[in-house]
Amino acid sequence: MSNDIATTAYELVIGLEVHVELSTASKMFCRCSSDYFGQEPNTHTCPVCLGLPGALPVPNAKAIEGCIMIGLALNCEIALFSQFDRKHYYYPDLPKGYQISQYQHPFCAKGYIMLSNDKKIRIRRVHMEEDTGKLMHQDLDGRAVSLIDFNRSGVPLVEIVTEPDFENAEQVKEYLQKLQQIIRYLGVAAANPDKGEMRFEPNISVRKPGQTSLPDYKVEVKNINSFSFVERAINYELKRQSSILERGETPIQETRGWDEKRHITLGQRTKEEAMDYRYFPEPDIPPFQWQPEQIDALRKTLPELADAKKARFIQSYHITDYDAELLTRERGLADFFEETVKVGQQQGVEPKTIANVIINKKVDIDTTVPAELIKDIVVSRKIEAIDETALQAIVSEAITSNPKAVEDYKKGKTNAVMFLVGACMRQLKGKATPERVKELLVARLDAM
Amino acid sequence: MKLYELTITEARKGLQEKKFSSRELTSACLERMKAIEPKVHAFVTFTEEQALEQAQKADFLIESGDVRPLLGVPISIKDNFCTNGVRTTASSNVLRNFVPPYDATVVRRVTEAGAISLGKTNMDAFAHGSSTEASDFGPTRNPWNIERLPGGSSGGAAASVAADEAIAAVGSETAGSIRQPAAWCGVVGLKPTYGRVSRYGVIAMASSLDSPGPITKSVEDAALMLEVLAGHDPMDATTSPLPPKAYRKLLKEKRENLTIGISDDYFNGVDPEIVAAVQKSLQEFERLGHKVKKIKLFDPQYAIAVYTILQRSEVSSNLARYDGIRYGFGREAFGEEAQRRIMLGTYSLSAGYYDAYYAKAQKVRTLIVEDFAKAFEEVDVVIGPTSPSTALPVGSSKDHPMFGEISDVLVEPSTIAGLPGISMCCGFSSELLPISMQIIGPYFIEDLILNLAYQYEQVTDWSNRKPNL
Repeated sequence: MSNDIATTAYELVIGLEVHVELSTASKMFCRCSSDYFGQEPNTHTCPVCLGLPGALPVPNAKAIEGCIMIGLALNCEIALFSQFDRKHYYYPDLPKGYQISQYQHPFCAKGYIMLSNDKKIRIRRVHMEEDTGKLMHQDLDGRAVSLIDFNRSGVPLVEIVTEPDFENAEQVKEYLQKLQQIIRYLGVAAANPDKGEMRFEPNISVRKPGQTSLPDYKVEVKNINSFSFVERAINYELKRQSSILERGETPIQETRGWDEKRHITLGQRTKEEAMDYRYFPEPDIPPFQWQPEQIDALRKTLPELADAKKARFIQSYHITDYDAELLTRERGLADFFEETVKVGQQQGVEPKTIANVIINKKVDIDTTVPAELIKDIVVSRKIEAIDETALQAIVSEAITSNPKAVEDYKKGKTNAVMFLVGACMRQLKGKATPERVKELLVARLDAM
Repeated sequence: MKLYELTITEARKGLQEKKFSSRELTSACLERMKAIEPKVHAFVTFTEEQALEQAQKADFLIESGDVRPLLGVPISIKDNFCTNGVRTTASSNVLRNFVPPYDATVVRRVTEAGAISLGKTNMDAFAHGSSTEASDFGPTRNPWNIERLPGGSSGGAAASVAADEAIAAVGSETAGSIRQPAAWCGVVGLKPTYGRVSRYGVIAMASSLDSPGPITKSVEDAALMLEVLAGHDPMDATTSPLPPKAYRKLLKEKRENLTIGISDDYFNGVDPEIVAAVQKSLQEFERLGHKVKKIKLFDPQYAIAVYTILQRSEVSSNLARYDGIRYGFGREAFGEEAQRRIMLGTYSLSAGYYDAYYAKAQKVRTLIVEDFAKAFEEVDVVIGPTSPSTALPVGSSKDHPMFGEISDVLVEPSTIAGLPGISMCCGFSSELLPISMQIIGPYFIEDLILNLAYQYEQVTDWSNRKPNL
């Protein structure tokens, strides 16, 4: 296919805008519940989030804290002076005719996320805004109508904007997974893309390999609600834009929409039709002037994030890189593991054993308590103890039939015991753990 | 003296001493309204039934010894304050059928203080104007001469008080909308410091300037109303956390030897009769033991430019919500003035023009703030005429898009700075129209300007005069 030839001749330049809905109890500028998912339309509304004449926004301190926490976790600089701005556009789901957002002075800027292989993705800004209502196009008494549900109107949104640092869809995917993980670790949002709690808008362009300047156009793709659609949209755009360039033309700067049924992007709005949002400082909300101590206090409440936790697990619990990675993917699982380790310590159960059990047996951490898990591990050992004589016989046999290994061990090559463990394990066929067998062997060898 | 002619202070005394009931007082006002409204047209919505019900409740409370500050006192409310269940139009066709599901904080406060609401008063549509001629429901007339304008945008509010329909009124000012109609109607108008009184539920004109405040028959009434209205509101992030003061008590404290600043630019181009009356008032203040000192403030002409840009910009944003999807009427229902302001404001906020207009106006605004701050290092208050003219003839604002800005030139600088100011009658013109002066003070020092106004009121009798309707 000619497309394939074209794609290899170009490289991607991608920047990403991600919107995350915070899971605060109330909305961004009023006291309505922000839990709108699956609720009866227009039941979580008030004069403020309906944008009624005279209603005024009062910012939600908890949401702003959440936004700054995200900024801190993304290594951002936190602005000591910050303010909200009005962003104007007409759309039926935007009841005030403007969205309260941040333009000139976002809460956080200039951060980064490190991907594997030391790839650094720079974060341009992290700012706070409000969500819009939702349009529902449906049939009502035989008429095609558009209805508006304002339950989502005013739900706190954090927008995270990167620099155009991504070179391929895989990096974008890794970034998104990391971002989602960080946000969930902070506990400020559920960040489920399928519920619209996390939304993606990649800015995509392509250039010749070796070109260092940015392409003089970019294509923004909207309406993407899953990680895999982001990947597909990027790869689709790579092909589409490459073939345009291949023809000697330049793709037009435009906004395209992702068609999730056909897996293609479709043109929506070109540069000429680009909106002038007429931003100006929101006069209803005084600007914010933080003291450095306030930001430091927030920084101190930051939880240990996945990367740090993983390193610590490997260091303190002597588990493998792979196990540590799996155990720290979600904060809940990592916490469960650590609690279990604490209980296990008193019962002589090794962290490594616990890690194995949790990962291999796919323990459901929502229904299991750590003490229970440790009890199960200890009980399963006692089952081995019933067969103690058989086990001792196998151990004895291994020692007598492998004099060379025994001799090596006695000479100080303690590793030689592993050879004996292996010999026993072959006989045991999984009826005892290697740790247990090693314990028995060492006891016997040391007594010899 | 008729019951409807009473001040709040007098009405309260009579009610508490059981000389008359709130029902009698309210009925007297309602009858007065019936007689006067065809001439003055101060109201756009009447709440007669609700008023009589509230009066009955008030009488019951008075009987039980309740002494809350406005208990049983009938007042009017400007139609840009949302009233739960009562139509609120801002005198615009866009909202002609809008019935809010909630009360503005100010409405809640006066209701909790026991006030009786007689109805909603006429205004320039969306408060865009200084004549009340720009109302989509027809102009209000000046009670002193019904061929004259009442001023605006709180023209209905000021006329309702001057014509003795309401004992007092709740109005709002963006630049002059309380002080200028109060001046033209010869009543007391107090524009508090920005952030002193909550804007929650006030249909926004220019959010960074809007200040609700009282229009009353006496200075003491203004102090009492401010006690009710002022204070932090958790629903308005721009309200000050400073606690309000005991304005009535502070009114009667002896404040002597104050320095009053006057700036020549505030007398330029002003009707000579007004200049003479204000100068006579200044002599009165000197007799009261105060000093008058010449100072140099920025020419108020600069404020017109700044105000026009900032206000139009905010208007274009605030009116964006009337998109035709809700409230029943589309954007074509906006009057000419609103359309003009939306276009100008949209332009001044547009990419490429923002820096030249909006951003620059904000810079000049800061200079005006500093100019006043400097002045208040030298003087305690600033006094000048409220308006360059007395009430102009009906029809004057037509075909004059800058009518408001010109007639509000003397209140715009202090408005832009967010300072408090009070307007009160200080004489009458040869045409028997009220002449008024304003006293401007530093931030949150409403008690001082009220105190000075009260001192002046005690030694003059302008406020006792009534229009012949």
